[in-house]
Amino acid sequence: MAYEKLLLKNVGRDDSHTLDVSLAGGGYQALKKALSGMTPEAVLEEVKASGLRGRGGAGFPTGMKWSFLPKLGDKPRYLCVNADESEPGTFKDRLLIERDPHLVLEGIILSSFAIHCHTAFFYIRGEFQKGARIFEQAIAEAYAKGFLGKNILGSGYDLDVLVYRGAGAYICGEETALLESLEGKRGLPRIKPPFPAIVGLYGCPTIINNVETLANVPFIVERGAGWYNGIGRPKNTGPKLFCISGHVKKPGVYEAPLGIPFKELLNEHAGGMLHPDRPLKAAVPGGSSMKVLPAARCDVLLDFDSLAAAGTMLGSAGGMVMDSSTCMVGALLNLAEFYEHESCGQCTPCREGTGWFTKILHRLEAGHGRKEDPDLLIDVAKRVEGNTICPFGEAIAWPVQSYVAEFKSEFDDHVTKGACPFGGAAKRG
Amino acid sequence: MSTATRAVSVETEKKIDALLTKYPRKSSALLPALYAVQEEHGWVPEEAQDFVAGKLGVSPAFVAGVVSFYTMFHRKPVGRHHFQICRTLSCMLRGSHEVMARLEQKLGIARGAVTPDGRFSLQFVECLGACDTAPCAQVNDDDVPLLDAAKVDELLARLK
Ligand SMILES: Cc1cc2nc3c(=O)[nH]c(=O)nc-3n(C[C@H](O)[C@H](O)[C@H](O)COP(=O)(O)O)c2cc1C
Ligand code: SF4
Ligand code: FES
Repeated sequence: MAYEKLLLKNVGRDDSHTLDVSLAGGGYQALKKALSGMTPEAVLEEVKASGLRGRGGAGFPTGMKWSFLPKLGDKPRYLCVNADESEPGTFKDRLLIERDPHLVLEGIILSSFAIHCHTAFFYIRGEFQKGARIFEQAIAEAYAKGFLGKNILGSGYDLDVLVYRGAGAYICGEETALLESLEGKRGLPRIKPPFPAIVGLYGCPTIINNVETLANVPFIVERGAGWYNGIGRPKNTGPKLFCISGHVKKPGVYEAPLGIPFKELLNEHAGGMLHPDRPLKAAVPGGSSMKVLPAARCDVLLDFDSLAAAGTMLGSAGGMVMDSSTCMVGALLNLAEFYEHESCGQCTPCREGTGWFTKILHRLEAGHGRKEDPDLLIDVAKRVEGNTICPFGEAIAWPVQSYVAEFKSEFDDHVTKGACPFGGAAKRG
Repeated sequence: MSTATRAVSVETEKKIDALLTKYPRKSSALLPALYAVQEEHGWVPEEAQDFVAGKLGVSPAFVAGVVSFYTMFHRKPVGRHHFQICRTLSCMLRGSHEVMARLEQKLGIARGAVTPDGRFSLQFVECLGACDTAPCAQVNDDDVPLLDAAKVDELLARLK
């Protein structure tokens, strides 16, 4: 079945990051259409009708989020683009930023127009130095062409876009931590409510959207919600970028409609398992914060609702694949170390819990584990879950629960054998 | 701060002054100002933190809190070539710990340290958002994909 690439239609071309290549590929046609004949409300309605759901992790309907903004008042409204992309296993926004920044920028301009925003921020993780440079360049080209600045394309609409670089903190991808960081502070998540749509950046109404989410908007505006609705599955519409890494032959970002089977992504797009003699053991379809699926349950469709039904989540679509050589205790320990390092430390259950996880997993992996340790992990995870300011708590509590539950015998083996059956502790160095 | 030496150069100060009016609120200039300092010094010395605090009208303790929160701001000098090896799952599955072991052995330092001649420093970092190129790293601002022992050796020979 021939699928027309949308989000990645340009990325294979030479100089795909330049305005010339973007324009040759139909770039900014949607902007011209919107600014010459649509009201902001009409753009918002089109996005709502498209069924577009956020690509940053939670899958929240984008048009609905925008409609939570209060009535236009004296306060400015802000759009903050979430280009923090730090969820382990995720590298799709990077591709768009580096290879088709104008598609992202057109989405930002259209979305800002729809929500009556005149200053948008592009919050990009500090490690994406190259992406930040390329995006700054794209912004400069857009200003020169009259796509940004005052009176865009003679429509009377004004917009400035500012790039803001993070500086190495996973938590700044959480939307309220991102706002704190943008305000020049430590990235400590805020208590919600109030939600950012009401009280966001500098206390003003603010919308936060993921890079890929916004990259969908030009297509919706240009071709209409009805057409967009035909891609993917009911309530899970549109094209999607799927990341896949780990033990596969061709790790990468692949575009497909929402709802393609995981096995198709693995075998047809990613070339199958890396080593022919090492079968699939487990996969995380949605990024490290999501629950793991053992191989036997990997026959799933990759969309929001199908994966929720399978007991996990699409998340950021950061698929990580592990083969039969992988020690699941070691894999979980690796993730636990990540979360311990990245916890902002505000909530006691998260700060203390992440420390407990690494401590227990360390001793299990080193062969000094106790019989009750697997249960202790679950117990601690239950105390973290639901007891924190932001969903970071669940982002580690869920993986802990699922790795232990799905691979319980492997955890027990570490205790009874008094060593990692995979030689893991030594291998990790 | 001594009066004889400047905490930041005239040029950096100009950059910081421009940042103060770039954003809707002055407070947002903090992270970009710290980047400007780090660009000049290679790290963010305490005197420069105090200088930035003065410019923004916040306390030195506030700035110190921000600097320590973000891992990309260095509170002490790093090597001329700062190796940041990704340690997170997709890279671990593809051999990042072997890469780190090789670097530690070749450089004769442990992760977190700087070579005595100041040429190299070594650090494990979290997912760089480039897992398709695992095991990967950054050397200063540059992405280094698909590392292995041979590539480590080649890289060390090339970097002066
Ligand atoms: C710990 C944590 C980290 C997150 N990191 C990111 C991120 O790197 N990029 C992103 O777009 N969303 C991230 N999110 C989700 C954001 O909070 C927010 O839901 C999202 O940016 C909204 O955009 P969307 O509706 O377009 O998906 C993170 C959430 C949490 C709890
Ligand atoms: S859950 Fe963790 S990361 Fe989130 S606010 Fe609390 S301590 Fe910070
Ligand atoms: S795990 Fe190393 S770049 Fe993502």
